Amino acid sequence: MKYETQKIAQIYFIVAMALFAIQVLGGLLAGWIYVAPNTLSELLPFNIVRMLHTNSLVVWLILGFMGAAYFLIPEESEREIHSPMLAYLQLAILVLGTLGVVVTYVFNLFEGNILLGKEGREFLEQPLWVKIGIVVAALIFLYNITMTVLQGRKTAITNVLLIGLWGLALLFLFAFYNPSNLSLDKQYWWYVVHLWVEGVWELIMASILAFLMLKLTGVDREIVEKWLYIIVATSLITGILGTGHHYYWIGTPAYWQWIGSIFSSLEVIPFFGMMAFAFVMVWKGRRDHPNKAALLWSLGCATLAFFGAGVWGFMHTLHGINYFTHGTQITAAHGHLAFFGAYVSLNLAIFTYAFPILKNRDPYNQVLNMASFWLMAGGMTFMTFVLTFAGIIQTHLQRVLGENFMDVQDQVHIFYVMRFGAGVAVVIGAVLFIYAVLVPRKEIIEPGRSQQVAAE
Amino acid sequence: MREVMTKSMARNVFYGGSLFFIVIFVGLSIHSHSYIVNVSTDKAGLTESVARGKRVWEHKACINCHTILGEGAYFAPEVGNVMARWGVADDPEAAFEVMKVWMESQPTGIEGRRQMPQFNLTDQEIRDLTEFLLWTNKIRTQDWPPNDAG
Repeated sequence: MKYETQKIAQIYFIVAMALFAIQVLGGLLAGWIYVAPNTLSELLPFNIVRMLHTNSLVVWLILGFMGAAYFLIPEESEREIHSPMLAYLQLAILVLGTLGVVVTYVFNLFEGNILLGKEGREFLEQPLWVKIGIVVAALIFLYNITMTVLQGRKTAITNVLLIGLWGLALLFLFAFYNPSNLSLDKQYWWYVVHLWVEGVWELIMASILAFLMLKLTGVDREIVEKWLYIIVATSLITGILGTGHHYYWIGTPAYWQWIGSIFSSLEVIPFFGMMAFAFVMVWKGRRDHPNKAALLWSLGCATLAFFGAGVWGFMHTLHGINYFTHGTQITAAHGHLAFFGAYVSLNLAIFTYAFPILKNRDPYNQVLNMASFWLMAGGMTFMTFVLTFAGIIQTHLQRVLGENFMDVQDQVHIFYVMRFGAGVAVVIGAVLFIYAVLVPRKEIIEPGRSQQVAAE
Repeated sequence: MREVMTKSMARNVFYGGSLFFIVIFVGLSIHSHSYIVNVSTDKAGLTESVARGKRVWEHKACINCHTILGEGAYFAPEVGNVMARWGVADDPEAAFEVMKVWMESQPTGIEGRRQMPQFNLTDQEIRDLTEFLLWTNKIRTQDWPPNDAG
């Protein structure tokens, strides 16, 4: 660790991993409710479990991004973080808000209260006071890192990362606008949801990936940064009008069917670009970095993001197809692999890279970490396949033949059983990952001679 | 690639391209906003009751089981066209009665069947929720969903 304040990242990553554990356990429970629907049906109904699953996902990913920013900005800017105290204060606000959310959801407190009760739009269910807390924390965060970047060396990586994080915070402001007109509500709700995951989050992802490639492969900064700008250019050029693929059937004008189909088809390009980037850098790179697990996660991230977000997204994005598949298990399949590939794997890659440095050890227990990669990646891929099959059958029976929703669900039950099995593999992988980065102190396998060269 | 494009060219494409598409997107958003308000949704029918019904929908976190216009969880049926499916889209009184019977008979407790919670709604809340879903049923959605099954 070159800079003392990089240490801030550690506590962010630990809190993020705790929420990651809650997220996958919530997912496992939700998956089990699909198999055995009477489970906890009165104590903890499905809708509450799902809110915990999705909300903890979003919060831990963002905490991971913030931790990553605190980790890489000192190295890029070549100076300490402006104010460590503000960084911890900001985390405290977010942790308090998160605990408030969990308690509010599980015990259904303050229902209907305008400030304290949950708000109930998908993914934006947090009570108003938590949303305000998120904005305050985000402002503190942005102030802190922007000051650091402005006073230090400016690089393309920090530049793109900063734009992504500012965009994330500004777009969240649309979460406060909830008109009574459902169609309007949806139009602006997508400003948060789509322009996050298919817009500014891609900037954050590309810049963190670029940092990892720079460190792991030793390729020239000039080349890495040129790739970075090209990738994020394609992200926003396709992703902004790509929002149109959510505006097909919600009361918006018909022209979105053309705009959405064309631009969201092109959204494959940035994900292909990131995959090509990662592999080309590794082939070109001369550095044999000892942290093989971080490299595995980085390449896995780029590859699974291409398939999950790119290919699975394209599969149902053309409006003629989406007319039949919209809101079926195909959407669920895409959502799972896209989030895992792009954002979960990215976070786990930077955790894997950073922890040995933060804890001031050699890269350790690469074997367990890599095993966790294959468990999680395998589990998620299998889950995506079975949900896709379920979705295809559902589309035909329900959307083409017009059979009742619940009758169709009964007929695809076997896929939910297999999905639960896949979920078990993912949970075991997640627990193994957390153990592998936090606990062991010794290598299982001695590093080879070629790997003993010191690296950053 | 070194010959074709320099880093500063790539950066300018990023800034220029993004800005260009942001401007187009904002323009189309403004048009879509006014299209929703004036053309595709029932402006006069958006009563206080519909607005209250939307809040009931939100406070009970219905969207984390159901979908509405295809968005939400995929655990329970689509409700954007539920009034048409029940055959009561043009009869608010009948819609209220069906909704009341439905809401009060949950959860069914049938083994192996997905369970909807008992929300203990008042008659007023049931009426508001019904009004909200009747209003939603009338949104012009480019003819989605393909059939009444939703």
